[in-house]
Amino acid sequence: MRMLKFLLQKELKQIFRDPGIIRVLFIMPMVQLLILPLAADYEIKNINLGVVDHDHSEYSRKLVNKIVASGYFRLKDYSPTFKQGLKAIELDKTDLILEIPTHFERDLVDENKSTLFVAVDAINGVKAGLGGAYLQQIIGGYNQDVRDQWIQTPRYDQQPTIDVVSSDWYNPNMNYRVFMVPGILVMLVTMIGSSFAANNIVREKEMGTIEQINVSPIKKYQFILGKLIPFWLLAINILTIGLIIARVIYGIVPLGSYFTIYAFASIYLIAILGLGLLLSTYAQTQQQSMLVSFFVTMIFNLLSGLYTPIESMPVWAQWVTKFNPVSYFIEVMRMVMLKGSGLADIGFQILAILGFAVFFNGWAILNYSKRTG
Amino acid sequence: MQKEKVITAKDLTKRFGDFTAVDKITFDVEKGEIFGFLGANGAGKTTAMRMLCGLLLPTSGLATVAGFDVFKQTEQIKKNIGYMSQKFSLYEDLTITENIRFYAGIYGLTDERIKEKTGLLIKQLHLQGQEKTLVRALPLGWKQKLAFSIAIVHDPAIVFLDEPTGGVDPITRREFWGLIYEASAKGITIFVTTHYMDEAEYCNRVSVMVDGRIDALDTPANLMKDYSAASMDGVFLQLARKAVRTGD
Repeated sequence: MRMLKFLLQKELKQIFRDPGIIRVLFIMPMVQLLILPLAADYEIKNINLGVVDHDHSEYSRKLVNKIVASGYFRLKDYSPTFKQGLKAIELDKTDLILEIPTHFERDLVDENKSTLFVAVDAINGVKAGLGGAYLQQIIGGYNQDVRDQWIQTPRYDQQPTIDVVSSDWYNPNMNYRVFMVPGILVMLVTMIGSSFAANNIVREKEMGTIEQINVSPIKKYQFILGKLIPFWLLAINILTIGLIIARVIYGIVPLGSYFTIYAFASIYLIAILGLGLLLSTYAQTQQQSMLVSFFVTMIFNLLSGLYTPIESMPVWAQWVTKFNPVSYFIEVMRMVMLKGSGLADIGFQILAILGFAVFFNGWAILNYSKRTG
Repeated sequence: MQKEKVITAKDLTKRFGDFTAVDKITFDVEKGEIFGFLGANGAGKTTAMRMLCGLLLPTSGLATVAGFDVFKQTEQIKKNIGYMSQKFSLYEDLTITENIRFYAGIYGLTDERIKEKTGLLIKQLHLQGQEKTLVRALPLGWKQKLAFSIAIVHDPAIVFLDEPTGGVDPITRREFWGLIYEASAKGITIFVTTHYMDEAEYCNRVSVMVDGRIDALDTPANLMKDYSAASMDGVFLQLARKAVRTGD
């Protein structure tokens, strides 16, 4: 215990003496949490719309107005012919073209039906897909308006229509920030946990001080605990700062308890720090450990379900996510934040993360040897 | 007069694959002795020293340090030795007193002893008023003297010094050897490697390693007589020229 006290004292002094570490530790989470959630939003806005209106009628103008008024589209081009409208797409001025045929109004009024043509630039698949869908929805709504206006609603519907009303559970307003902020927080804690711990030990290797430690009576587990505890505390602090930002800036209050989040995070951080320690036992220089931990955390983050739902990944990738500790924490964060899950509901995830903790730390201790040869 | 032996080595060998870095070296070091361990670069000095400190597992042979076996009892050895490596190994981002406190602490000194030792050390090294200076800011010679003092802060039976005075000016080197003599007078055995032949002459006995073997071992005076050389320089040149291996 006494040994550990001296190790911790030394480690904490070094951490708080390094202005670089403090800057990174406190500014990085702020910036990431204040900027990323705004950018990492799936809702597509500002779709550039080109209109080719051959009709020039009151109805066609009403339709265009309705589309622009939705807030998703910006009218960027208004061409007389489809050919010219296409030019705008080729020049990247617009993302999609809505072509309104001649006699649009007449057909609508006289024949009670008309056709519209939509051409979408599909280079950005997400934008194209969602843009097309939004446009269809707006046109559908417009259609309904026209019908309401022209057709006397009969006492009963001759043609029964199925009206789907959906209610979104757990995130009723479909607010992406509530979904993204906890995930980004997990990513942040993971990056700090794995790369800071790894770099710290490798730095002792580079400086040669690890040799002095190896020739002393410090035991392996004492040395590793001496490294784990300070970075565990730091990461818990970052988590706290992050949760405060989430609450103050984004108004995200978990439905479940903070206790559940901290309980899970405590075990999770042991696992992630173990991974960092493991990397450090293999790396000889800080460049190596930086690159490897960057590589590992990037894969972990992309395969974690943070950006894309795990269920839509190919089967092999879904299997990979099962071996990714990050995916468990993101899942737990979202469960606790949005569904109010408690400890009993995340039993499986706790078990899984305990497994990771034992695995990474066990491997790191086995591989960290005070004696070579 | 039979003196107590603190290091014994018999046919101690270290091979890395086909390469035999240390080839069956046999020697003893007596308590309180200043034992010089000479050899050209790449002769195997550091490898031998690392085996004795428990940092490297020997391939074969026998050796004990402070009465403990280098194969099985490395943790006991570590409690009884001090070590100062070629590379400066104090924490540069800690102050002088923080370094002393840390190393004294991990060797199990009580808080009272740490305080006492810190005061003593600061006075001995004339570092009064600089207790709160970061070690990074010290000149190399001072760093080396501090590193040595910290290596023996727990009064070990033996201290291993691996080229402790490399790059240090002659005046500071002399002061450094003053510290070594003081430690030796307190009964601490000194095991030192060096490339400075004037330093070799300060040792009680020296061994000269050539190509992983110990080719000569005696007092500096006897060696000079045997090799009919006027100084240790002459002895070393005669021996080291036989080397087949090229230095690193």
